[in-house]
Amino acid sequence: MRAAEQMTAGRPALDVDRVRAEFPILSRPVRGKRLVFLDTAASAQAPRAVIDAVRRYREEQHANVHRGVHYLSEVATAEYEAARVKIARFLNAPSAHEVIFTHGTTEALNLAANTLGKLLVGPGDEVLVSAMEHHSNIVPWHMLCAEKGAKLVVAPMDDRGALLLDELERRISPRTKVIAVAHVSNALGTVNPVAEIAALGRARGVPVVVDGAQAVAHAAVDVQALGCDFYAFSGHKVYGPTGIGALWGRAEWLDRIPPWQGGGDMILSVAWDQIVYNKPPFKFEAGTPNMDGAIGLGAALDWVAGVGRERVAAHEADLLAYGTERLSSLPGVRIVGTAPRKAGVLSFVMDDVHPHDIGTILDREGIAIRTGHHCAQPVMKRFGIPATARASFGVYNGRDDVDALVAGIEKVRALFA
Amino acid sequence: MTHGDLDDLYQQVILDHGKNPRNFRVLEDANRAAEGLNPLCGDHFNLFLKVDDGGVIRDISFQGQGCAISRASASLMTQAVKGKPVAEAAQLFDKVHALVTEGPEKVDPADLGKLAVLSGVCQFPTRVKCASLAWHTLKSALEGRATVSTE
Repeated sequence: MRAAEQMTAGRPALDVDRVRAEFPILSRPVRGKRLVFLDTAASAQAPRAVIDAVRRYREEQHANVHRGVHYLSEVATAEYEAARVKIARFLNAPSAHEVIFTHGTTEALNLAANTLGKLLVGPGDEVLVSAMEHHSNIVPWHMLCAEKGAKLVVAPMDDRGALLLDELERRISPRTKVIAVAHVSNALGTVNPVAEIAALGRARGVPVVVDGAQAVAHAAVDVQALGCDFYAFSGHKVYGPTGIGALWGRAEWLDRIPPWQGGGDMILSVAWDQIVYNKPPFKFEAGTPNMDGAIGLGAALDWVAGVGRERVAAHEADLLAYGTERLSSLPGVRIVGTAPRKAGVLSFVMDDVHPHDIGTILDREGIAIRTGHHCAQPVMKRFGIPATARASFGVYNGRDDVDALVAGIEKVRALFA
Repeated sequence: MTHGDLDDLYQQVILDHGKNPRNFRVLEDANRAAEGLNPLCGDHFNLFLKVDDGGVIRDISFQGQGCAISRASASLMTQAVKGKPVAEAAQLFDKVHALVTEGPEKVDPADLGKLAVLSGVCQFPTRVKCASLAWHTLKSALEGRATVSTE
């Protein structure tokens, strides 16, 4: 690894072989070959530490949280709430009470639309999103707008897939009630200027909701430095389990917005004629939560912190630069998404070969990539393509994975020549 | 190497029809049409048919975008059903469906002709929808439905 010889922030650069050894799944062959896993943007693999933490919780600690007076319930509650604290620390949130557990980013964004959105958006109002949003940051707002008679307004991007900040600013009107943007585009890899967008929102009193699904695994996220109002992410994109994620929201918003789902744990008292809701974040967590997931997510965040987020970011920046250089040199291959600031994602198309065919041929080489519209159909339409092939990087990828991808693409070219 | 499997899928006839699909145009005097979508991979075809009063498919064409498998399957289908009665085309749908979902041993190769090149598809579960998109679209056109989605 050339990358291993570099130094990052005073620490030795990431040792890919050592990292890989911590991920049990990476040692299994796929289709008789070494697994080249380039689909982390869809779902990251989990290190042993996460798998063990979930197993230990199940074997030694499980009972329902916030309910029992018995020993295990106390232990489980402590573990569950400790995971909340880890999330707050991971996002540099001022308080763990601003962290709401959700099923993932999708539920977090639906929560925002159904609480913040319902509080603020009325007939004739507007919700502003970017042109590169994942469906999960379009559809909840679209549903809200349809219900309220409001309008979804879209801020455009340029041909490289970079958001046009001045165009976004021009679209903020007195009717704009919420701005919702991806921190990193899942289809293009573009890193959006979230701090600048948050500043624009703040100056006008418009809350900014950030879809952080693709950002948290790739770089340090500091919600206070970003200045946004809500930040959503998924556990399984940051080496944790599926079915768990979080929505961070500023305390002043969480106090104001109404609850969403009703049930146990989100109330203080229930009588036939009056219900008193719990405080945030519990007000937004109805029913028995995903404890396994929360504990696994806490372990994942500890693991990432142990590796060092600056090191991860530097390692992935190197991979992205190397991958971009290698793929750019291949005739008939075109990278989709060439914004100046990118993270983690290399989307591409090939002349005369559909991405789905690329995916099948690479799969036979043990190389896992994603093909399709990546739940971002407006992005595909913007670039006039039905789909892309997308290689995405994680902490366990090395330059050898990029080399395998390039060799695979050459096989595709040979077959379709 | 598992290249044998890949060669089963991407046979020369498939690559040829994928690259140069036959009957790839709009049929101006079509009296049946349907749109086929596979939202997962973005495949999108429009199928046009001219069926005469005797129930025979006089002409058929398609347009749109898709992967090599879906284009080749659509192209081969247009050749296979042109000139055939609607009832026979429907029977062929059943055979191709069995071929790509269950495998070649479920179908008499004599019934398939050139369509037998689709026999490798059943080894690739993620590609069955690609191979069957045009056929589902044909079925809906013949049954008078306008849009079909294979997802």
